[in-house]
Amino acid sequence: MKLQLKGVTKRFGTFTANDQIDLTVQPGEIHALLGENGAGKSTLMNTIYGLYSPDEGEILLDDEPVRFSGPGDAVAAGIGMVHQHFMLIPVFSVTESVMLGYEPTKGPGLIDFTEARRRVKEISARFGFEVDPEAMIEDLPVGAQQRVEIIKALSRDAKVLILDEPTAVLTPQETDELISIMRQLKASGTSILFITHKLREVRAIADKITVIRRGKVVGEATPESTETELASLMVGREVSLTTQKEPAQPGETALSISGLSVVSAQGKTLLDDVSLEIARGEILCIAGVDGNGQTELTEAILGIREAAAGTITLDGTDLGPKSVKQRLNSGIGFVPEDRSTDGVIAGFSITENFVLDQYDQPPYSNGVAMKHEVMRAAAAEQTSRFDVRLGTVDDPISTLSGGNQQKVVLARELSRDNRLLVASQPTRGVDVGSIEFIHRTLIEERAKGTPCLIVSTELDEVLNLADRIAVMYRGRIIGTVPGDTDRDVLGLMMAGVPAEEAKAQAATHHTVLGEADAEAEEQA
Amino acid sequence: MSEQTTAPETTAVHAEPLEQAEARLQPIRWKFPVTYILLGLLSLLVFTLLIPSGAVTQFRVSTANDFITFDAINVPSFGTALVLSILQLALAAWAVYAAVHRIRLGAWHPVLFGILFVLAFLVYAGAGRGAFIPMVTLLSGALMLSVPLIFGAMCGLVGERSGIINIAIEGQLLAGAFLAAVAASFFTSAYVGLLAAPFAGAAVGALLVWFAVKYHVNQIIVGVVLNVLVIGLTSFFYSTVLTQNAELWNTRQQLPRLPIPGLSQIPIIGPVLFNHTILVYLMYVIVFALSILVFKSRWGLRMRAVGEHPKAADTVGINVARTRVINTILAGAIAGMGGAYFTVGQGLAFGQEMSAGQGFIALAAMILGRWNPKGALLAALLFGFSTSLGQTLSTIGTPVPSEMLLMLPYVITIFAVAGFVGRVRPPAAEGVPYIK
Amino acid sequence: MSEADRKNDAAPESSSPAPAPGGALKEAESRLHYALRDLAQSSWVITVLSIVVALGVGAVLILATNAQVQDTLGYFFARPGDFFSASFEVIRDAYSALFRGAVYDWQAATPQRSIRPLTETLVNAVPLILAGLGIAIGFRSGMLNIGGQGQIILGATCAAFIGYAFQLPLGLHLLLALMGGVLGGAIWGGIAGVLKAKTGANEVIVTIMLNNIALYFLAWLLRQQWFVQTGSNQPIAAPVEDSARLFGLLGSGFRLHAGIFIAIAATVFVWWLLERSTLGFEMRAIGENPEAARTAGVNVPKATALVLIIGGALCGLAGAAHLLGTEYRLAAGIAGTLGFDAITVALLGRSRPLGTFLAGLLFGGLRAGGVLMQAQTGTPIDIVLVLQSVIVLLIAAPPLVRAIFFLPGTDTKPKKPRHRRRALRDTASRRAEDPALAGSAQGEGSQR
Repeated sequence: MKLQLKGVTKRFGTFTANDQIDLTVQPGEIHALLGENGAGKSTLMNTIYGLYSPDEGEILLDDEPVRFSGPGDAVAAGIGMVHQHFMLIPVFSVTESVMLGYEPTKGPGLIDFTEARRRVKEISARFGFEVDPEAMIEDLPVGAQQRVEIIKALSRDAKVLILDEPTAVLTPQETDELISIMRQLKASGTSILFITHKLREVRAIADKITVIRRGKVVGEATPESTETELASLMVGREVSLTTQKEPAQPGETALSISGLSVVSAQGKTLLDDVSLEIARGEILCIAGVDGNGQTELTEAILGIREAAAGTITLDGTDLGPKSVKQRLNSGIGFVPEDRSTDGVIAGFSITENFVLDQYDQPPYSNGVAMKHEVMRAAAAEQTSRFDVRLGTVDDPISTLSGGNQQKVVLARELSRDNRLLVASQPTRGVDVGSIEFIHRTLIEERAKGTPCLIVSTELDEVLNLADRIAVMYRGRIIGTVPGDTDRDVLGLMMAGVPAEEAKAQAATHHTVLGEADAEAEEQA
Repeated sequence: MSEQTTAPETTAVHAEPLEQAEARLQPIRWKFPVTYILLGLLSLLVFTLLIPSGAVTQFRVSTANDFITFDAINVPSFGTALVLSILQLALAAWAVYAAVHRIRLGAWHPVLFGILFVLAFLVYAGAGRGAFIPMVTLLSGALMLSVPLIFGAMCGLVGERSGIINIAIEGQLLAGAFLAAVAASFFTSAYVGLLAAPFAGAAVGALLVWFAVKYHVNQIIVGVVLNVLVIGLTSFFYSTVLTQNAELWNTRQQLPRLPIPGLSQIPIIGPVLFNHTILVYLMYVIVFALSILVFKSRWGLRMRAVGEHPKAADTVGINVARTRVINTILAGAIAGMGGAYFTVGQGLAFGQEMSAGQGFIALAAMILGRWNPKGALLAALLFGFSTSLGQTLSTIGTPVPSEMLLMLPYVITIFAVAGFVGRVRPPAAEGVPYIK
Repeated sequence: MSEADRKNDAAPESSSPAPAPGGALKEAESRLHYALRDLAQSSWVITVLSIVVALGVGAVLILATNAQVQDTLGYFFARPGDFFSASFEVIRDAYSALFRGAVYDWQAATPQRSIRPLTETLVNAVPLILAGLGIAIGFRSGMLNIGGQGQIILGATCAAFIGYAFQLPLGLHLLLALMGGVLGGAIWGGIAGVLKAKTGANEVIVTIMLNNIALYFLAWLLRQQWFVQTGSNQPIAAPVEDSARLFGLLGSGFRLHAGIFIAIAATVFVWWLLERSTLGFEMRAIGENPEAARTAGVNVPKATALVLIIGGALCGLAGAAHLLGTEYRLAAGIAGTLGFDAITVALLGRSRPLGTFLAGLLFGGLRAGGVLMQAQTGTPIDIVLVLQSVIVLLIAAPPLVRAIFFLPGTDTKPKKPRHRRRALRDTASRRAEDPALAGSAQGEGSQR
């Protein structure tokens, strides 16, 4: 089916999320929609899927204008969507998830479970998915959940499939599987609209690329365009994708973790016998797919999570018996993974957020009452040093963009003498301009001699910052490798293959993205 | 949190040792065995050893009106209590064994233990008092007292399963009681009252869901305020219209008992279960229907989807707002019908605040029953039983204050939400307004 | 709320999307801030209009149940004028009695009796303000303390027992009795607080259950001779000694007692605690975003427990002040509907100390006026509950009030794309329209 958008505009109040978008997806085409975080991609997808109704413009399917009053209409018209955050209910079974909204019934509204199961089995067989119809969604790994989403769309005879950031949670190898599924769907005539901000994927998979920036279509491209071309199109100016940095000059070991294990309340092992060391003036990056224990590792260092076994020593002091507050006060700078939940308090002012983890410390407080003027002065000074664009420091922090909020967090954590910096996903949800700034800031912190532990799921970021890379898989460190290790090797390690074996495998078999990587290097 | 995102398993090279670790690290759950041991010891040391020697406990297992009547059963108090206590301790030992070997015991275990414990208590309470323990009255009283609780719990369940927290069950019961009394009195027919009651509950439900869905007001706050509103309105009308012209607006009407032929003649079970008003039979129907519909029907599946993850439901074309509105109003009607119990169900005129906190116990029953119709039914029956026991014991006179028994439902619920009775997992999106 | 504020907002994609599943009631709690912020958003205009609507609803109820008016309705089409004049008189009589009973009675025999209503309002307001503050602290810290009722009962019980069971010197006795009340409430709130901190037990459920437990506990105590010390079987305790009573301020004929000073002091204390102290910062932080607070080194379980302990203590103090200043004898109905009234007070006061104080005065006045209205016009005092609940429901839904009065409102647009955007506008509008609150540090607004 051919999907066509003509002049689609969507406003929220005075904010124009999508401005006169024109887009055509031909039948059997894989069309990538490329744009930064906040460029308006998701709004556009939700408009196509009937979750929002456009303020202007029209959507055409096979040249017929359509109007959707809700996702139900869109689905009926043959549009399927796999959301970035899966629209699956954790306590439902696969069968229940797939049939929801389109339940086969018998008798007085009772569900025909046999028929529903049969449908799931039929579709999974057709595409070679192995999914147990009886499994509970919450028990399935992320990749399998994504396949359930695809089954869901296909079970409604989707002719146009929208995939919103489908690779965000996948390993490179899982991504490969997804890519082969996409090609299979394409061969059977399904049109695919594929949303991403990852340049490599686009070039590897797409037949055609549309780039949007600040809600507008800024250009079309083909997979033959170089990454730099795509990046500058996406961001609107020349960007340097890599940050220059001097080679590390590691000093004596500062942080030393040995045999660290963490067990969840349900008895699940989250961290299993993790040992690592970081020297002063060195950046150690933790690479891995989300949910392999990175969060727990940083939380254990901060003391939010109790260690079941093992020790953490910082400059010779055992952190074990220390509370979170003591650890922070002893000089651990901590940039949490999820800014909006852990890093800032949205309703608090910029000032209050600036002192968030030092509110009861001098000079901001005498321990009982807080000193508002001191707090405000310090917040004003440091936020301007970190180039935070703000009105006044009394405004709620929610008035700032994601990138500026993150800079407030960094200003807070880096405006004092740190003996250790732990930063998780320091650039997640941040615009490209701020990414450069944040990377530079982190490298400057290293130059000051601070040992840095940086967790990132973005291989680009890891390769950009790391002096050494530790790869985590299922709560373990699968191996620690130098900062310039090959992407394919890292990808295999992220899937649990030990370093040596990964090197051997990578030499014989390249992933689609790894090939794109090699290609990019050749071009450069 | 990251605990919920399971690690991918594409290449499960190193999976094995981890799973072993998980089995090893699985903590032994001591809560239940320890509770059993403590209760068993209580039964042995207090209920058994404090019995005066030679005392006899008399149970009456039928009433004079029953189709088949039995003589009272006399048992030697000490011996019976001793046997019951030993059985309890045996069950406790079994629980310890199961805990150490990480074997899961079925639901029969706590139920059996509970029955033995209650029996031992009854033997002790009635020992040497010369009064009969009227088992039929006790049990049918328990059922009667559970009626508003069960209706209320079903109301809460339907609402919360679709994502609307309902603290206003109390108000819905009271409104139902009020309208039932007024309508029954005006038309001099208890059945008209029964028909009218659901409308009152539905109206309160409609207000709740209107504020919750249209204006995104915190549902707990709306619920609390609606309770005050209903108390205010019913009391106001009670003090004005209902008092000024009581003959017209507030005379007693009672739903007649309708013994079910055949079934009601079965000894013990018959008088306890099948000799009631139509309200009780309606309750059977509603509980039975819900226990199937919630899990096996299209309506139930969509309701649960809306309560767990409204956006996911929206993306498959389910109208979240409409589902919530309809279900909450429907739920309100159920509670309203339950409210009819207080007036036409018992044959009483309306009195101020006559629901007396039953709505909150209904809420408790729903939570203890884990948002499941059968579970809520059992919890409500348990609460009804403890109240009935309190009433019975206060007539025969025992050392246990009736207030303690009346407190029991609330105490049990606190233990339940504190995680003592296993993990309580409410619908994920409950209380969260859905905003596109 | 200029449109410029909206532009400052981040582009929609970076603000958090729909709530993820999981967390359940906890989610609901985090939503509490939205609810409270919505309350905070409504300006004084909304408050006044809500009161007007509530009085209108009350008027309809009064008319509907008035025999005289019903008679005139019988011949409405013949002489409609009768209906309107009768209605007008009935409403005028009722509401003028309400006002005279609450503020100033110009019909009273003596000047002293004329100003008595205002002092009665203050008397009623004392427990409402104290308990309202206790609830408000919970709201600001993200906790719905529905347990005011139980905490008040425990506070009154402890205060009463100390008040009549001991013979102590004048000042000390009162102080100890008050302390007893504080302790009683703190323990009862603390049970919920500690359970929430240790096990995550939902405080809404636990406090509701504790209310009922307190009720039966008191009923049981009142049957115990060692407790009531009256020598009779009546379920009422002995009167508290004079030395333990809150002394009257205006001599005989007036019930106004020193409790009003306690209420004022408590209001100032709560303001300092929430806006100026580090503990208050912790409490507000866990209310807004417990994860961020924990990451920032706040001991969340401890702060959680403290919130409910302090809130319970204030409710207990309310019960103690009510008993030692007004009731003197402990009976089963000691708390009346105070616990639930306190919730409405805190809501109307938008969980802010000054607002809660004023809301307490308003509802205290309604209660005092309701007594005179019942005495003079036969309108049952229960109508006060109706007024109270209608006011609170309406201020929670400003768009509804605007719709009733056909006011243009930013919120009348049915679809609000993002919460964050609304948060901005709200804060701006609150500051613009609500000078009384403009100076306070902002405590609302949160983001998933």
